[in-house]
Amino acid sequence: MRVGLFVPCYVDAFHPEVGQATLELLERFGLDVDYPFDQTCCGQPMTNTGCHEESRATEELFVKNFSEYDYIVAPSGSCVNQVRRNFTALEQTEEVTAVRAKTFELVEFLHDILKVDAFPWAEFPHKVALHNNCNALRGLSIASMSELRNERFSKPKDLLGKVRGLEFVDIARPDECCGFGGTFSVFEEGISSRMGQDKARDQARSGADYVTSSDSSCLMHQEGCARRLQLGQKYIHISQILNGSRA
Amino acid sequence: MSAATPQAPAGKSPEGAPEHLTHAAGASVTMPPRGPEEQPRGPVIRPGRPVDQSGAAKRFMAAPQHLAMHDQRLWDLRQKRDRQMHGIEEWEELRQLASDIKMHTLTHLDHYLEEFERNALANGVKVHWAKDAGEHNSIVVDIMRSRGAKRLIKSKSMLTEECGFREYAAERGVEVIETDLGERIQQLDDEAPSHVVVPSVHKLRTDVAAVFARTLGTDPDNADANYLAEQQRETTRPLILSADAGMTGCNFAVAETGSVVVCTNEGNADLSANTTGLHIVSMGIEKLIPKLENLAVFVRLLSRSALGSPITQYTSHFRGPRKGGEMHIVLVDNGRTDRLGMEQFWTSLKCIRCGACMNTCPVFRRSGGLSYGATYAGPIGLIIDPTFNRHKYSTLPFASTMNGSCTNVCPVKINIHEQIAGWRKVLSENHEIPAFKKNMMKAAGAILSSPRLYRASLPLADSALRHLPRFIIYNRMNTWTRGREMPHTPRETFHQWYKRERGKDGKKGKGSNPSAKTGGDAS
Repeated sequence: MRVGLFVPCYVDAFHPEVGQATLELLERFGLDVDYPFDQTCCGQPMTNTGCHEESRATEELFVKNFSEYDYIVAPSGSCVNQVRRNFTALEQTEEVTAVRAKTFELVEFLHDILKVDAFPWAEFPHKVALHNNCNALRGLSIASMSELRNERFSKPKDLLGKVRGLEFVDIARPDECCGFGGTFSVFEEGISSRMGQDKARDQARSGADYVTSSDSSCLMHQEGCARRLQLGQKYIHISQILNGSRA
Repeated sequence: MSAATPQAPAGKSPEGAPEHLTHAAGASVTMPPRGPEEQPRGPVIRPGRPVDQSGAAKRFMAAPQHLAMHDQRLWDLRQKRDRQMHGIEEWEELRQLASDIKMHTLTHLDHYLEEFERNALANGVKVHWAKDAGEHNSIVVDIMRSRGAKRLIKSKSMLTEECGFREYAAERGVEVIETDLGERIQQLDDEAPSHVVVPSVHKLRTDVAAVFARTLGTDPDNADANYLAEQQRETTRPLILSADAGMTGCNFAVAETGSVVVCTNEGNADLSANTTGLHIVSMGIEKLIPKLENLAVFVRLLSRSALGSPITQYTSHFRGPRKGGEMHIVLVDNGRTDRLGMEQFWTSLKCIRCGACMNTCPVFRRSGGLSYGATYAGPIGLIIDPTFNRHKYSTLPFASTMNGSCTNVCPVKINIHEQIAGWRKVLSENHEIPAFKKNMMKAAGAILSSPRLYRASLPLADSALRHLPRFIIYNRMNTWTRGREMPHTPRETFHQWYKRERGKDGKKGKGSNPSAKTGGDAS
C-alpha cells in the first residue's frame, strides 16, 4: 500500500512535529509513505472565501502531486473535507474524482482503513479533552453529532481509548465550533477570538491537562486564546499521542 | 413556567404575559446582576453600503452582561431542543418527512396555491395576491380604510417585518399594536426584532424596564418580570379592546381545507383574530402544506426545534370569517418566486421560522440578532437576505465559520452551511466581496499553486517567525493577535525537517526505528 502524506500548509509552517508524528505513526504500521515535495495546500483559504476560480490551480497541483498513491492521508479534517467535498473548481476527470475519494483524514484512515486495534507504544498519563474539528465532525462524520438523534460513536475516542493512562474529561459544549473557521479567523477576528476564548475557558473548567484534536488549525487558534487568557491547559495533536508522545 | 419546560402545564390564561417573559428569559438560567450596562444597538444602515455586521457584533461583545445573557439563553434553548429530540425516537425520520413534504409542495406550488385559494374562497374568505411588499402593504391599508378601521392589533409576523408594514401603516394614519409581548417591547423601543421566535431576547430585564419607563411610565428601577408584564398588559389591553381590525401571520396554510394555522405561546393570535370583526392574514406563498394530516409532522417539529417545548401553548386554526365578520388572506410573493428559481438556494423556502439555527449558531449567540441589520438574522438570514438585496447583505454570508450545526438542527433539513458557502461563491464572482479580499485570494492562489513561490513565502529556518505567512494573513494589520497569541515558532518547517532527515528522495532514514521524540513537546 503506497500512501502519500499531505502535510497542510499551516502544519508545515507552524506544527512540523505533527507532520513528523503522522509520518512516523503511519510507518509503524509498515506502510510505504511518501511525502511529495511539491505539495503546498488544499486550496481552502480561497474556496472558503468564495474564490473558487482562484483555488483551481492549487487544486490541480494537489491532484498532480497525489494521483499516483493508493491513499492520501493528512492530519487535518478540514483539509480532507475540502478535497473530498469542495474540490469542485477543477474539471472532474477520472483522476480528480479518484484522488478525492482516496484522500483520508488520519483518524478515519487509522480507524476505517487500517482498523488499528492497538498502539502498544502509546502511553499518555493525563486528563485529556477532545476537540473535534467541525469539518471532521459534520463533514467527514468522524463522530456522532450532538444535534442529531443517531447512534453515539467517536472514532478519535476509539483510538485514544487504546492509549495507556489516558483519561478523558468532558467539556460543557463539546460540539461548539471554536471559531477558527479558516480565513474567518482573520477577517472576523473579533468573533473568532471570542469563540476561541470561550472554548479555552470551557476546556480549563473541565480540568483537562491537555486538549487534543485531529486538526492543528483549531488547536493553534485555541492555544493562542488560552495563552492570552493565561490558562494552563496544553494542546497536542492526536497523531503525537498515538505515536507515543508522553507530554 | 411555560414553554421553557418540557412538561410545562398548559391551560394558564392566554393573557398570562409573564409566561412569555419566562420562556424568552430562559428562567432556568441565572441572570447576571442587573446593571447600568447600556443595550448595544444594531448597525447603522448606510444607503448603498453593505451592512457592517462585524462592527455591530463587536459592540455587542463589548457589553459583557448582554453577551453572557444572550449566549446562555439561546444555548439553553438549544439544550432543551436536544432533550426534546431525544424524547422522539423517530426524530430524524420526522425531519426527513418534513423536508420531503416541503419539497413536494414547493415543486407543485402553483397547484397548491390554486387549491388553497379555491377552498379559502369557498370558506367565505377574501383572498388577495401581492407580488411584493408594497402591494401587501397597500392591500392591507386599503382593506382597513374602506371599512373605516384605524387601529390594527396584530400577532407576530416576520413577513410584515419583511414588508416594512409598520412604518408604512404609521405614515398612513393606521395605528399598529403588537400583541406578542416581545414584539411589543420591540415596537415600543422602535427597534426591529432580533430573533424570529424570541424577538427581544437580546434585551436584559433592565433594558425592558428602561423602555417601559420611557414609553409606559413605569418605575425605571423596577425590573421585575411580573411587574413589567403586568404594566404592559394594563396599558396595552385597552388599546387591544378598542381596536377595529386584527392581523395574524401564518405558520402553515393547508391547501385542502383553505385554512391557516398560527402557533403562539401567548394566545395572542386568537386575540388578534377574534377581538374585532375584521381578520387579515399575511402569509408568504411558501407557507403552504397540502393536507391537514401533514400538519402533524410540522407541529411536532416546530416548538421542539424552536424553544425545546413539545408544542406551543396554542395551535390556532382559522378557517373562515366569524359570524358577521370578515376574513382576508393576503398571499405575498415578495421575491419568493425568484428564489424558487435559484438552483442552489431554493430549498431555503422550506424554512418554518423556528429559529433553531440561530439558537445553535455560535456567531449569532455572540453577535446578537440586530447586528445582521436584516429582517432575518442568523444562519437562515445569511442565505435569505442576499436574495432581497445582494449588495446590502453581501457581508452576511461571511459571518459564519460554516461549522454546520445550523444544518443539523434544521427541522426541514435545509443545507444552510452549504448554501452559505454557495453564496460566498456567488458574491465573489459578482464582485460583491471587498477588493482587498479578492486581491488577497488571487495572490494566495498564485502562491499556493506554485511550490517555489509557496516555499519562498515561508519564513527561513533560522529566522524567528514574527508574522503569519503571507498566504494566511496578507493585509497590513495583523488581526490575529488582537485576541490571541501567535503560535510558537518552530525551528524549521516540516518540509525542511524532511529534507534534512530523509533526503530529497525520502529514502534517507526511511523505516528507521521511529522514536517518540518527534512526538514532540506539546506546547
